[in-house]
Amino acid sequence: MISAHGLSVRLGERDVLDGVSFEVRQGEWVGVIGPNGAGKSTLLKALMGLVAHRGEILLGSRPSRELKPRQRARLLAYAPQTPALPPDMTVFDYALLGRTPYIPYLGRESRHDREVTGSVLERLDLTALAGRRVGELSGGERQRVVLARALAQEAPALLLDEPTTALDLGHQQQVLELVDRLRRTDGLTVVTTLHDLTVAGLYADSLLLLTGGRAAAAGEPARVLTEELVGRHFDAHVKIEPGPDGRPVVHLVRGGP
Amino acid sequence: MVTQAGPSRARPLWVVCALVVLAVSMIAALLGGAADISPWQVVLQVVDWLPLVHVDSGLAPVEQGLLYELRLPRVLVAAVVGGLLAMAGAGYQGVFRNPLADPYLLGAAAGAGLAATAAIVLLPSVAGSIPVAAFLGAVGGVFLAYTLGNTAGRAGGTATLVLAGVAVTSFLTAIQTFVQQFKVEELQRIYSWILGDVGGGWDQFWLVLPYAAVSAVLLLLHGRMLDVLSVGDEEATSLGVPAARVRLMVLLAASLATAAAVAVSGLIGFVGIVVPHVVRRIAGGSYRIVLPLSLIGGAAFLVLADLVARTVIAPAELPIGVVTMFVGAPFFVAVLRMTRRAST
Repeated sequence: MISAHGLSVRLGERDVLDGVSFEVRQGEWVGVIGPNGAGKSTLLKALMGLVAHRGEILLGSRPSRELKPRQRARLLAYAPQTPALPPDMTVFDYALLGRTPYIPYLGRESRHDREVTGSVLERLDLTALAGRRVGELSGGERQRVVLARALAQEAPALLLDEPTTALDLGHQQQVLELVDRLRRTDGLTVVTTLHDLTVAGLYADSLLLLTGGRAAAAGEPARVLTEELVGRHFDAHVKIEPGPDGRPVVHLVRGGP
Repeated sequence: MVTQAGPSRARPLWVVCALVVLAVSMIAALLGGAADISPWQVVLQVVDWLPLVHVDSGLAPVEQGLLYELRLPRVLVAAVVGGLLAMAGAGYQGVFRNPLADPYLLGAAAGAGLAATAAIVLLPSVAGSIPVAAFLGAVGGVFLAYTLGNTAGRAGGTATLVLAGVAVTSFLTAIQTFVQQFKVEELQRIYSWILGDVGGGWDQFWLVLPYAAVSAVLLLLHGRMLDVLSVGDEEATSLGVPAARVRLMVLLAASLATAAAVAVSGLIGFVGIVVPHVVRRIAGGSYRIVLPLSLIGGAAFLVLADLVARTVIAPAELPIGVVTMFVGAPFFVAVLRMTRRAST
């Protein structure tokens, strides 16, 4: 579904990404992990075409650079780490923005666009909030509303930058379970950056570990989340054990490094 | 069904309400000052002016003349100018994602002020030179700020654009102050122009109308695009929208509106900032409703402000810009308090 070869991004004098290659299969959930400043968010932005980059990105079988922004927006939906939510806009109007790639430049949305938006809100249990202003929502509701906008885009792949930042434990779980459920029912491809390694290992089918703009490791969570790799690249002292379902659980060890 | 009862379905109702308010304001403004004309006669007279309709309002020809030659163009100019300024303000606020943006943010006011001052000082005998000069000055000020902002910062970015506007405003205002010192005897004319005037008659109205129409249509068409821009450039781009191009189009249209308004009526402050905010508080934040309601609401606001300006110390007149600020500021505070939200 998505594949990148030799992806490099230079911002100012710094190589934020340097020759990263990876593959995301259709319906797969790939977690991008790595220490602060490793280039995780930049990777998503490069995929979305928001930053100038070298290297090749294929969406399906087509090179991404041959696509017009509107065409790309029908294939990839993107939610940034801290989405700008216009406080006075209603939840419905905000979610409707996801239909933008289907609406002519100066045109207006069709009945179909409103129906898609309405059914997405219904799926995410947001129907009751449709008329509320976005600025009045709680953190968990906001995250669901952002997700609703991305889903209204009806793109086969979702790029989510830290979808659980600023959420408490229960709301983190709620959002991740929601993404997981949508992925299974709709066959969506999901790429998320996640700073919590245990969570990343729990939900993702495979992980991509970035450090200093390079891919340090990639593959199944159990192969990437090892004491050796995490210790080296995060400069942390950790203990990693298999959890109840066999997926790795990362513990900090007190007193190190 | 949920999808069809979407929240934005209430829009036509708001527009109708606003139009009623505007109509009442205009009738009230036509009445203002004349004690022996009844509101009903004014309504009949207005209906009579409509093409293909003939109604006898019972007004004497002198009274009809007064209404037609003096009051009506004045009310219409106030409506057009108020609508343009409020809508341009909303456009600027959308483009800059800054609630404090006003139509004069990018140096339109300073450019127009300088050019009008130059026209008053250098071409005192040329009739009609002030609006032309003010229009060119406003356009020039915006152009200067935009060019400066784009060469100093990232193309299409907003922060440097605002800073460039501040720099251009200071610079042009300094020149304007310098120029006016040469002709101290023209100071009063310069200041009365700066404080605004909508009493220029039918000529003034026909002068502003084409620009008003073009900029209003352009801005109203971009309402949905401004909604998309309100989530930020990156997200707008991820939705397939060319953010820099949308911003340029809206800036062009809003600047044209501002220049046209400034050219016929001077620098009338506060309309461009107070009206869009009141609209937002009442009808929500989507630009698809904020732009049309600002157009109508700004028109009503300036019509009423002009009514106050010419009645409160009659037969003398207050400059309309003084009224918009004097009435506008407390009114704004009152609306902010009344519509205070639980979480802000």
